[in-house]
Amino acid sequence: MSIKASTRQVDGVAIVDLTGRITLGEGSSTLRETVKDLLGKGQRKILLNLGDVSYIDSSGIGELVSSFTSVSNQGGQLKLLNLQKKVHDLLQITKLYTVFEVHTDEAAALKSFK
Amino acid sequence: MKLESTLDSVDVAEEIVKRFALEVGFLEDEVHQIGMAVRESVVNAVVHGNCYSSQKKVTLAVEAEDDQLIITVQDQGLGFDLSEVPDPLAQENLLRKSGRGLFLIRAFMDELRVHRLGNQGTQVIMIKNSSPTTSKEDRK
Repeated sequence: MSIKASTRQVDGVAIVDLTGRITLGEGSSTLRETVKDLLGKGQRKILLNLGDVSYIDSSGIGELVSSFTSVSNQGGQLKLLNLQKKVHDLLQITKLYTVFEVHTDEAAALKSFK
Repeated sequence: MKLESTLDSVDVAEEIVKRFALEVGFLEDEVHQIGMAVRESVVNAVVHGNCYSSQKKVTLAVEAEDDQLIITVQDQGLGFDLSEVPDPLAQENLLRKSGRGLFLIRAFMDELRVHRLGNQGTQVIMIKNSSPTTSKEDRK
């Protein structure tokens, strides 16, 4: 089962709609390349929409953390939108829920970017 | 069963064990947790244990016994010391890219044992107890 990523621009924010599973291999590399590509184009406000991401493993979590760090190190912001319960629980038990800014409403998420 | 040291084997192992867990009566959430634990364990075996070597195999076994699911994953690598694995919840490790696999196995399973078998590799045994609502009596 693979992952799909499509990016749209709204109010200066790149919203990446992800669908599928973020696991070791194709899933984590797709996320890595997508964020790298956006940073390469000068995009510093990134919102990852995980509404259709049903499964993340430890490699996927690592890739989220790595993306967050890369964007932050370049003075940008990476935030998460619409976590499914299992993904939400995973971020809770790994204590990463306190690291990421997580939103449940796209409009509110867009407003939160400065 | 013997599996190749590839990432495809990870999906295969996860599906086999999940199907078995469902058949013996574990609930959907439990099956999800069991599947994740198997995934993390087989990833460790393929990537860190066998280093993707085509000469090395991953052995997977699963059995249900006395309201427990017992899963064994064995690689042919050099092994690791469980006590030396850094705590991924420590503040200084929170933003590390890797190192959460064993933590998740421990979080999702009731018991984790790691046996270093010398030149025969490393054996990981994971046990999940069925919850009271999935006991044998309720499954009848």
